[in-house]
Amino acid sequence: MTTTAATLDDVRRVVADVPDPELPFVTLGDLGVVRDVRWHGDTVLVTLTPTYSGCPATEVIARHVLEAVTGLGLAAEVRTVLAPAWTTDWITKRGLKALRDNGIAPPHQGPVSVTLGRHVPSCPRCGSSGTEEVSRFGASACTALWRCRSCGEPFDHVRPL
Amino acid sequence: MITRTDLSLATYCLRLGDDALVMSHRLGEWVTYAPQVEEDVAMANIGLDLLGQARALLTRSGELAAGDGPAATEDDLAYWRDERAFTNVHLVEQPRGDFADVMVRLLWFAAYQHALYAALTDHPDPVLGGVAAKAVKEVAYHLDHATQWVLRLGDGTAESHRRAQDAVVAVAPYVDELFTDDEVVTDLADAGLAVLPSSLCAGVQSVVTAVLLQATLTPVTPTWHARGGRAGVHSEPMGPMLAVMQHLARSHPGASW
Repeated sequence: MTTTAATLDDVRRVVADVPDPELPFVTLGDLGVVRDVRWHGDTVLVTLTPTYSGCPATEVIARHVLEAVTGLGLAAEVRTVLAPAWTTDWITKRGLKALRDNGIAPPHQGPVSVTLGRHVPSCPRCGSSGTEEVSRFGASACTALWRCRSCGEPFDHVRPL
Repeated sequence: MITRTDLSLATYCLRLGDDALVMSHRLGEWVTYAPQVEEDVAMANIGLDLLGQARALLTRSGELAAGDGPAATEDDLAYWRDERAFTNVHLVEQPRGDFADVMVRLLWFAAYQHALYAALTDHPDPVLGGVAAKAVKEVAYHLDHATQWVLRLGDGTAESHRRAQDAVVAVAPYVDELFTDDEVVTDLADAGLAVLPSSLCAGVQSVVTAVLLQATLTPVTPTWHARGGRAGVHSEPMGPMLAVMQHLARSHPGASW
């Protein structure tokens, strides 16, 4: 028998604090992938949305969320919804800063241009705007590889979506 | 009770899912074969996006076809159907070819998927509408990637131009099948539950033609058209591809990471 009296606010807090498995310095709360936390009978129903359709981290994230909620002594269920589709605009200010502090150029927020005039990220290490794209795809589903022409550092850039 | 509309919608989801799944597998075959490591990564990532679409669409197809009974899972559908039960178009099942082949193929496929998903974002089925709204943004990036490469190859060296033009000719017979209507889609489209493939043709043609012309390539009219994929009649490369794709699941049932 459980003696905890965890509230939904407690659940929201622990779920929001679960780190992203690929970018562990940002949390699910920072990424904006937690869509809803509510009671469903005696079970907590947590609704998540994936960043990319095929993101392999999605299943690991769901498992970590389950562990976090059951750690409060509650039964939990995780559901994934695709709509409304996740956008990098949902990454919080804290999340953007955590990305930059860890050497990853955060996405430009606001409308995403689908034409060829794309936004150029500034170097997360030296701040220079003299950067160039090395590879349009990177080590994870959400990043591209860039390089700084001023300090010479290569860096990941979270692509605006 | 399963309605006829549910079954048609199950078939529709299966078709879109099979296109994405098979294209994803063919792109995955490029890993370690691309001309540069960045392209290994690019094609793996594009394949991953398509696999994500396929997983959601196959799962939904299984649910819709099952009614209240036990549903076939995404794995059941991907690994335990035989060739005649796959409903993808011939375009996506063609062997790797060279780098120009895959980029011209991807240009057509991404342009088609982009138009399709854009038209399905408000679909009343929450899964299909959700997949479309999510995928349309991912596919825009695939289309941009293929566009960049077709421009570079077509308007590059004499050799890259020759190969890109050969690819335009080789891919042309497989394009029309993407835009072919049949009873399943016309019934659904009448009910506002599908986009008529034929209605996407002119828009996609104009997107691709503009890229080809800018790349100094010459669009061609094919002398024959691939047919039959939606009914499970596939071209010769499909069987060997499935043998590889399904080998692990069939030789080691229940295998997991």
